[in-house]
Amino acid sequence: MRRLVALALVLTLAFGGMASAAEPQASLPQLEDEVMCPICGTLLGLSRAPAAERERVFIRQQIKAGKTEDEIKDALVAEYGPQVLALPDDEGINFFAYLVPVLVFIIAALAILYSVIRWRRNKEGEPTTGTPPSAPNGAEDRLDKDMAKYDL
Amino acid sequence: MNLRTSLVVLGVAALLGFLTWGLVTSGDSNLAQGEPLPSATLPTLPPGGEASIEDFRGEWVLVNVWASWCVPCRDESPALERFEKANRDSISVLGVDTRDLSGDAMDFLDEYDINYAQIRDASGDYADDLKTTGVPESFLVDPEGNLVAHYSGPFETEEQIEEFAAPALRAGAAKDPAG
Repeated sequence: MRRLVALALVLTLAFGGMASAAEPQASLPQLEDEVMCPICGTLLGLSRAPAAERERVFIRQQIKAGKTEDEIKDALVAEYGPQVLALPDDEGINFFAYLVPVLVFIIAALAILYSVIRWRRNKEGEPTTGTPPSAPNGAEDRLDKDMAKYDL
Repeated sequence: MNLRTSLVVLGVAALLGFLTWGLVTSGDSNLAQGEPLPSATLPTLPPGGEASIEDFRGEWVLVNVWASWCVPCRDESPALERFEKANRDSISVLGVDTRDLSGDAMDFLDEYDINYAQIRDASGDYADDLKTTGVPESFLVDPEGNLVAHYSGPFETEEQIEEFAAPALRAGAAKDPAG
């Protein structure tokens, strides 16, 4: 019985922890980095414009009312439209905002991989012995003659 | 010229082409007088309906873009209210509340007792269509929906509003000489 109670306690704590991890406490500094000032074209955290101050007041009221971060973002979208989010949603054409960087990364990685493989193949094809290259035709004869001429 | 050089030259030429195209297509910074004022169907303030400038076709309209956080609007809006009351036979006033919190906007309308028609441009897209650079800004629109005059900044006095709306007031006086 005692074991069952202990197990229930552990499970309660574990699931309680997971639940709180799924819905973190909203904070103004965190949201200021994730939403835009409605008139400035910058993150809310970078603006002291009157409209930005009103947006902050609105967020504080929502936090005080116990709203989660997602709920506050939804409320901001209802007030200002989807442009208020610093990151676009991942639906429709906005999905390309996430897809294009991934594609660029994959293409760049493949290009680097291809270049490395090609460079290594070229390197493997080069002669590995220390044999000096042969002199052009007649050069050795001319050298012998010159050495004999100057008695070197 | 080898292939690599050709590609670099082509890339630079394409970049310059895009920049030039962007400059050429950026257009004027203001709406042209005589052209139709852009229209958008937006929620009304107080909430509950939808309206657009098209609903005022056949009337002279003074469109005033404002926001509750705009300090000069606190003097201008009551002046517009008095102007609208005095001249509603000749002209309508349509407020466009832009990039504003709905609660703040309603508090503003209550505090300054503003009763002329209002639409809410939450995202600011309509203000962008009107090519505004700030708030307040006003547009005089004729009965055909064309832009007659544009005013950036706040009206300081009712006389300034009357001067701005003079074509509408003259047309109203001509229609009703007794009034």
